[in-house]
Amino acid sequence: MHPAPSIIAFTVLSGLGFGMLAWLGIGSPAPTGWVAFGYFVLAFALAVGGLISSTFHLGHPERAWRALSQWQSSWLSREGVMAVITLILMGFYALFAVFGGTHLTVLGWLGAASAVATVYTTSMIYAQMKTVPRWNNWTVPGLFIALSLTGGAMLTGQVMATTLLLILSGLLLALHWHDGDGAFKNSGTTLATATGLPGKVRAFEPPHTGTNYLLTEMVHVLGRKHATKLRVIAFGLLIALPLLICIAFPNPVGFVIAALCHIAGALVSRWLFFAQAEHVVGLYYGMR
Amino acid sequence: MTQLPASTARKMGLVIDLDTCVGCHACVISCKGWNTENYGAPLSDQDPYGADPKGTFLNRIHSYEITPDEGTAQLAHFPKSCLHCEDAPCVTVCPTGASYKRVEDGIVLVNESSCIGCGLCAWACPYGAREMDAAEGVMKKCTLCVDRIYNENLPEEDRVPSCVRTCPAGARHFGDLGDENSEVSQLVAERGGFDLMPEQGTKPVNKYLPPRPKQDHTPKGDIDLLAPLLAPVSEEPKGFLGWLDKALDALPGAEKNN
Repeated sequence: MHPAPSIIAFTVLSGLGFGMLAWLGIGSPAPTGWVAFGYFVLAFALAVGGLISSTFHLGHPERAWRALSQWQSSWLSREGVMAVITLILMGFYALFAVFGGTHLTVLGWLGAASAVATVYTTSMIYAQMKTVPRWNNWTVPGLFIALSLTGGAMLTGQVMATTLLLILSGLLLALHWHDGDGAFKNSGTTLATATGLPGKVRAFEPPHTGTNYLLTEMVHVLGRKHATKLRVIAFGLLIALPLLICIAFPNPVGFVIAALCHIAGALVSRWLFFAQAEHVVGLYYGMR
Repeated sequence: MTQLPASTARKMGLVIDLDTCVGCHACVISCKGWNTENYGAPLSDQDPYGADPKGTFLNRIHSYEITPDEGTAQLAHFPKSCLHCEDAPCVTVCPTGASYKRVEDGIVLVNESSCIGCGLCAWACPYGAREMDAAEGVMKKCTLCVDRIYNENLPEEDRVPSCVRTCPAGARHFGDLGDENSEVSQLVAERGGFDLMPEQGTKPVNKYLPPRPKQDHTPKGDIDLLAPLLAPVSEEPKGFLGWLDKALDALPGAEKNN
């Protein structure tokens, strides 16, 4: 799949933002006044910034509000609805924490649950795709939620939670890569099932000499060349380095460096998430 | 609404005969023509006469080489457009309700004025039946020529999808696949029509008919099959041409080789 920068920014940034809101919602940490203001501004900027970035790839961003209507069937619609609910709940929670100096515990927990649910709905946009076997897997929602909570814990400065969640995220990432690598083969979709033709089938001529929307959007082969090296870089930046810093240098400066490493790693791994995903339509073109 | 109807009154669709298709791409062109000039946003091209032409098409023809376990290899031309699936994954993923499946005839359509151009429906389709129009920013797909098939301003024989009307080989058939007595359903039963990617669980309405095994034309022994056809039927022109030939020969300055 084509790794659109706006979508990578959306999933990474809003994941971090909603992760932060989840931690702030359960009162861990529970700041008030200007400190709370700083935390909430960062969390809302990440969450809303990510959501706005997601509209950049739309053909008609001015109609984006329509996407809130089909929550009964569409994960993308559910994601929009959950994001709005979370932002409203946590907006009120933040108002009371910043200006009232109080924490509305029930509202906070509701907001935290809603934030995690938002990240789940985001992940299901991808995990529901039977046409992309690598994504059609429970590790996708698992990884999205784990990374969101890891980033949230990191940005709210919690050493213990960050350390444990980094280990969990690392395991899930390894599992996601392991399961994903055999997914296309295990899906059972081949050129034979795609065409229903008997005997050995080979794509002889494509429908056109140039490219088309399907090929640029769904058959992104260019970025897979360095996939293994990028996996090492992603794992190092996303998991290994921050974990090392958390254990060896658990101070504010170390934490800022760890968070920057982690975000860079998240961007690389999310880029790979798209670039390595193969859509079954590629079979019709004799490509993957 | 992007929830699928539990059932549709009819299941209008196409039956495509891979045995008959000659791969001329006439259906591709007639589809592009009709759907650019009529319902919805036109099917645009980008850089059509330049070095890197690209464009939106609702119907494309692939060609596949088949090597059977025994016998002669053959080529199959493979037209592919929306299969109007009963369990259409493109419809349920749509966040705005722009994509829908009609209860009355099962046709899957896009309401272009509600489409935000997010492209998720194209991701959900395993067949590559949906293409985003780069000029208009909305999703385009086969409408089964919904503006032809019920159009009483057209002569009755034209009330079929443009691709079906155009096909010079008669490889495309249109009808109600929900009615087991319809001509298309009988054709599917008789010829062993099949679904594309049945494992994806989309339950396509459109069916494909398999190519028949190629006959073995290898000559037995030394007989040149073409020899009788290549021998000239007549050496001497007759009638008016014969007279003209002789008259021209009789003129002075005739060419030497005559």
